[in-house]
Amino acid sequence: MRESALQEQYRKQQKRRKYRTHFLRLSLFAAFLAAWELSARTGLIDSFIFSSPSQIAATCVNLTLEEGLFTHIGITLYETIVSFLLVLAVGIGSAVLLWLFPGAAKVCEPYLVILNSLPKSALAPLLIVWLGANTTTIIVSGMSVAVFGSIMNLYTGFTEIDRDKLTLIYTLGGKKRHALFKVVLPGSIPLILSVLKVNIGLCLVGVIIGEFIGARKGLGYIIIYASQVFKLPWLIASIIILCVIAVLLYSLLNLLEKCYAKKH
Amino acid sequence: MNQPLLELQKLSLSYHTMEGEVAALSDITFSVHEGEFVAVVGPSGCGKSTILNLICGLLPIEKGDIYFRGERLAKGSPLNIGYMLQKDHLFEWRTVYKNILLGLEIRHMKTAEHLARADALIEQYGLSAFRDSRPSQLSGGMRQRAALIRTLVLDPDLMLLDEPFSALDYQTRLSVADDIGTILRSSGKTAVLVTHDISEAVSMADRVIVLTPRPARVQSIIPISLSLGDAPRTPMASRNAPDFKTYFNLIWKELHTDA
Repeated sequence: MRESALQEQYRKQQKRRKYRTHFLRLSLFAAFLAAWELSARTGLIDSFIFSSPSQIAATCVNLTLEEGLFTHIGITLYETIVSFLLVLAVGIGSAVLLWLFPGAAKVCEPYLVILNSLPKSALAPLLIVWLGANTTTIIVSGMSVAVFGSIMNLYTGFTEIDRDKLTLIYTLGGKKRHALFKVVLPGSIPLILSVLKVNIGLCLVGVIIGEFIGARKGLGYIIIYASQVFKLPWLIASIIILCVIAVLLYSLLNLLEKCYAKKH
Repeated sequence: MNQPLLELQKLSLSYHTMEGEVAALSDITFSVHEGEFVAVVGPSGCGKSTILNLICGLLPIEKGDIYFRGERLAKGSPLNIGYMLQKDHLFEWRTVYKNILLGLEIRHMKTAEHLARADALIEQYGLSAFRDSRPSQLSGGMRQRAALIRTLVLDPDLMLLDEPFSALDYQTRLSVADDIGTILRSSGKTAVLVTHDISEAVSMADRVIVLTPRPARVQSIIPISLSLGDAPRTPMASRNAPDFKTYFNLIWKELHTDA
């Protein structure tokens, strides 16, 4: 079908705007890097403390060659993903149990609120003592940040499912388990996906906290080690890598959500 | 006359809240015969839907009795009742076809025979083209049809309709009511329709039961017999019958009598 001239113009304009936004985003980043590099070279900022983009790039290469940077990244990633999956299982499992037993949910509610609002970094030292300085501790630390909020969000979502949809199941002769598997869970998939998007970031936070105090490997360990021996390029490089990991994991889940939305 | 399919006797019910007890139904007595279409009208919030909930066992009976084919209903009596709610509640995560099979799935009745029946109904009511569509791709009227087929595949002995058209706009509402009314009548289903819309009740029902405001009692029972000539009794034809207005006014008056 032929488009009208106005429609074509509108479409072109929208496209132009989109490209401009992308271009400006990248320019901002490039300008930041350039300003950083320049001020470090001209001595405007102390390159020992603030490092510089070129120094950090060199550090990354060095770390990869000499310290096995990718092993560290892999370990942090592994711990994050395991704790993320465990949060998913524990979160949905607990929320389902609370939904099945509303009386128990009422009893547990204040405890969940307290556990959720507790700063989880305060738990990490305790976890080290209880579970030892090992991977398990770090995974539990990652879970602790995300799990209580997930349970609360999912449970609230489950209870907000249209009551009439449940009535429909009962009028068709269904039992509570039918309501759960035919309405509550499939109806909550968009909610579950959005909870997952929040969780991946939270798990990463928890894992890094865990690695700060109880690890010999992982990006959190590099950060703590680098700060103690004043290797600031190491520190900044690790932070940048963390940024990249966070963005990648989030985009992966975003993609999953988009796929689901497209299918429905 | 032979035994009624459904009999309500002196049905009373109160809602209990911390603020106190609210009487919803008081001494409701009426019966429905096989193949009959009965409408229950009453002011909003008078407890019309509560009656349907009691019949299909969603609410426990507090006082009074309900008999189905002469047998007293107790908790958990296995009844094959179809229930249509205000909204179609088609699940967006299922295709239209899968939505229609929902009841069969729940009752573990996905046998070849029932699936064939579902196919026949889909074909008969013009939804074949939308079998694999998502509910959101259907018009309001088509959606209500799909919801109706979802209950009809279970071949219910009794259909309960809880203001099934009230969520639709006026135009769609007229045509969907006509559509559903004609389908139910041609399949010979016994139905109880709850509505606050007098013209809807007159156009669809063989008898209209008028309820009083809360606590609802039966104000009067009005048999509808429209002079349609040779025309079949469809809701649309009924609306055009000369005595339609007479019934409308009669029910209007009954609704506004302070007994």
